[in-house]
Amino acid sequence: MTAELVRGQNHPLPGNRLEIRVSAGTPVVAAVTLGDEAGRVVADGEWLAHPGAPQLAGVEVPRQAAADHRLAVDLGAMPAAVHRVHVLLALPGAAARPGAPADFGGAPAPRLAVTTPDGAAVAGFTITGLGAETALLAVELYRRQSAWKVRAVGQGYGGGLPALFLDQGVPDPSAAAAAVHTAVGNEQARSITPPPAPSTTTGGHPGRTTMGGTTAGPATGAGTSGSGGVRYDRGPAGASAAGSGDGGSGARPSAGGPVDYRHPRRRAAPAAPPPPAAPPRPGPPPADAPHIPVAGDAAGRSMEERLYNQVWGMFEDLSRTVAAYRSAADFAESRFEQELDGLLADPRTRNGPAAEAAREAAQAKQAALVDQARAVLDRDLAQLAAESEAVEPALPREFAGWENPVWHAYRVPDRLPLAVRLGSLSLPEAPELRIPLLSRLPLERGLWLDSAENRGAAVGAAVAIAARLLACHPVGSFAVHALDPAGSGATALAPLHAGGALVLPPPAAGAAGVSDLLTRLTERVDLIQMARRGGAADDLPPGFDTAEQLLIVNEFPYGFDDRSVNQLRYLADEGPSAGVHLLVVADREDAAAYGPVLDPLWRSLLRLTPLPSDHLADPWVGHAWTYEPPLVPPGSRVLADVLRQLAAARPAYGT
Amino acid sequence: MTVNMTKGQKISLSKADGGSLTAVRMGLGWKAAPRRGLFGSRTREIDLDASAVLFADKQPVDVVFFRHLTSDDGSVRHTGDNLVGGVGQGGDDESIIVDLSRVPVHVDQIVFTVNSFTGQTFAEVENAFCRLVDETNGQELARYTLTGGGAYTAQIMAKVQRGATGWSMTAIGTPANGRTFQDLIPAILPAL
Repeated sequence: MTAELVRGQNHPLPGNRLEIRVSAGTPVVAAVTLGDEAGRVVADGEWLAHPGAPQLAGVEVPRQAAADHRLAVDLGAMPAAVHRVHVLLALPGAAARPGAPADFGGAPAPRLAVTTPDGAAVAGFTITGLGAETALLAVELYRRQSAWKVRAVGQGYGGGLPALFLDQGVPDPSAAAAAVHTAVGNEQARSITPPPAPSTTTGGHPGRTTMGGTTAGPATGAGTSGSGGVRYDRGPAGASAAGSGDGGSGARPSAGGPVDYRHPRRRAAPAAPPPPAAPPRPGPPPADAPHIPVAGDAAGRSMEERLYNQVWGMFEDLSRTVAAYRSAADFAESRFEQELDGLLADPRTRNGPAAEAAREAAQAKQAALVDQARAVLDRDLAQLAAESEAVEPALPREFAGWENPVWHAYRVPDRLPLAVRLGSLSLPEAPELRIPLLSRLPLERGLWLDSAENRGAAVGAAVAIAARLLACHPVGSFAVHALDPAGSGATALAPLHAGGALVLPPPAAGAAGVSDLLTRLTERVDLIQMARRGGAADDLPPGFDTAEQLLIVNEFPYGFDDRSVNQLRYLADEGPSAGVHLLVVADREDAAAYGPVLDPLWRSLLRLTPLPSDHLADPWVGHAWTYEPPLVPPGSRVLADVLRQLAAARPAYGT
Repeated sequence: MTVNMTKGQKISLSKADGGSLTAVRMGLGWKAAPRRGLFGSRTREIDLDASAVLFADKQPVDVVFFRHLTSDDGSVRHTGDNLVGGVGQGGDDESIIVDLSRVPVHVDQIVFTVNSFTGQTFAEVENAFCRLVDETNGQELARYTLTGGGAYTAQIMAKVQRGATGWSMTAIGTPANGRTFQDLIPAILPAL
């Protein structure tokens, strides 16, 4: 009979010999500390079992970080001073193994099971609700009146093992934590071939191995160490991070460091403050070593916010580095042409071997400059690709594409995430480098899926986006209306209708339904705006549904009359601030009859395409980025699964 | 140790330890116009602006000023426009930071200029200075005192230029007239 424990619950143990099975879904380090009655580590004698020193009297832990562990415990062999046996889990960190989650919030929920040596389950505990923690006190076995019991603890530490050890009264917590991480790093260096490109140094960076270990949050102030990457507002080449990092903060939040609260323009001389003390690291990398990217390497109060800022930082870095390359290449080209013109303009240099040589020289000059620029670009792209490899797997569901496995572990969220991914962006210089297009929630602009090229695909993409929006809103905070007066999108929209819980019952068919629904939504926007202006947001009519509303319009303007077209324009302008959002599937040509009257509507919506198309401009340089919609990989059932879970969690409309 | 630069003086930006400079900042500071009693509102604010013009082969390719705060490639950043000046005690009111290691390969000179946007000449502005700072350690490399600079509304400060071994800086210090950097391009060209 297995007992499923919740935090704080305890359970008696049947005997002294036990096995503790850990399944974390991602490599974790398992360690055990032995504590006295107060939970502090036993000062005299051995008190820590970790991969570097796996055996203690009565307990043995694995030597490596792994997704699954078995810890053998013999409580009968424990010294008399030991009253508590703490089972700890820690993440080896994204730096040690690119792609690993940087904190438990980005990893599947770890599960522990206590069994007898012959495998009979005694108790289980799944540790949920974790965020920026990188180390966990998972369970403890404790002595109560000469019998042992297990208690589900699940206490996470954003500061990683050092914080955890500090809590347990370890005399030198950082040294102990470093010993654990060094041991793990050494094991990894032996057992795992390092992935290509970025990680030239492995193992020797216990201080960097967990993001949370050294830079647990904005408060610890160690984040500016070791830059030298592409991030422009970080220091160049490692050593100078602090100096130029704070200078860049005027333009956007300084990535990779604590939030800078100083006014960017008011700095007394000497301007650069002494850099925050870097964490002690054995064998710091040489200054020109590439910065090993880790997920969450940006400013922010939560891991989610840090990842969001990091993605936008990568977006800006990619636009800037490509801008530098393009401007150098353009310049080389124009200089070459000028020189050629010069040669041709002069009759003496127009022909003959001298002319030939001059032309070749000019050409070589152009090629040399382009090569130089290309080398710089390649260096930056490699850095960004490495960063992207570290970041993509660590992204929370809402920031991740449908192909990311985190969607398979979908659960309806209980709070609104910061942003949602509306697709990916790439540039021709680096087609394989895809930057997530993250949009803040609630949406600030309506969305327009351009169906000019492929009508069916446009509805499909709209459904994929609507499903994402639904999936990242808590139950009851997001209502979807679907307007499909022509009925042409019925098949594509069917998954949203399944179960009757996701989309409100469709309005009456044809123009009457369109007009009715738009009128209702317009009145809603008016009402909310009136309440807000009057400062009486609490005085909305009783029973007023405060959920955000999404209106999907398929085949606009079919079924619209002049009045409803105007209402739609009104909703596009005023809706977002009042919680009414648009997702319009339309071909602009179809609405050509309305003339320029609709231009403001198209401009106010964010244009997305069902097929990759280079039409989105970044806010810094204005490159044309190729947008790819967040489509479900062919054959994948993830969308249907997510919608089924959502439908199960929501009461069906009209029941 | 601050070098009070004189016109045309050239200093190498390579550091004593042999490493070359990787980031410089141009800082500009001045004292806000004094406000006096009843007629204080008649005092015109003083708005000095710092700009950096990026040149490739003597052609301007990009410029960083209060309307374009970051060069397209991201290597040069203006920390933001200050319209009124500070207390005049030596702090920078506007800064332009150049990450020399990230400047695109074709850009070989960056010229720093100061303009009086509101039109007061440097003779009328109190405690105006501009300086170049090694951004990596906060050390001041060069300083100009603008106050008392005569009846000019602009100054072409200095340039950093790319050489075979690294970047070096040359003080220019040419006075000129103009409200924004555009007016100065003709005055800059001879200095390249």
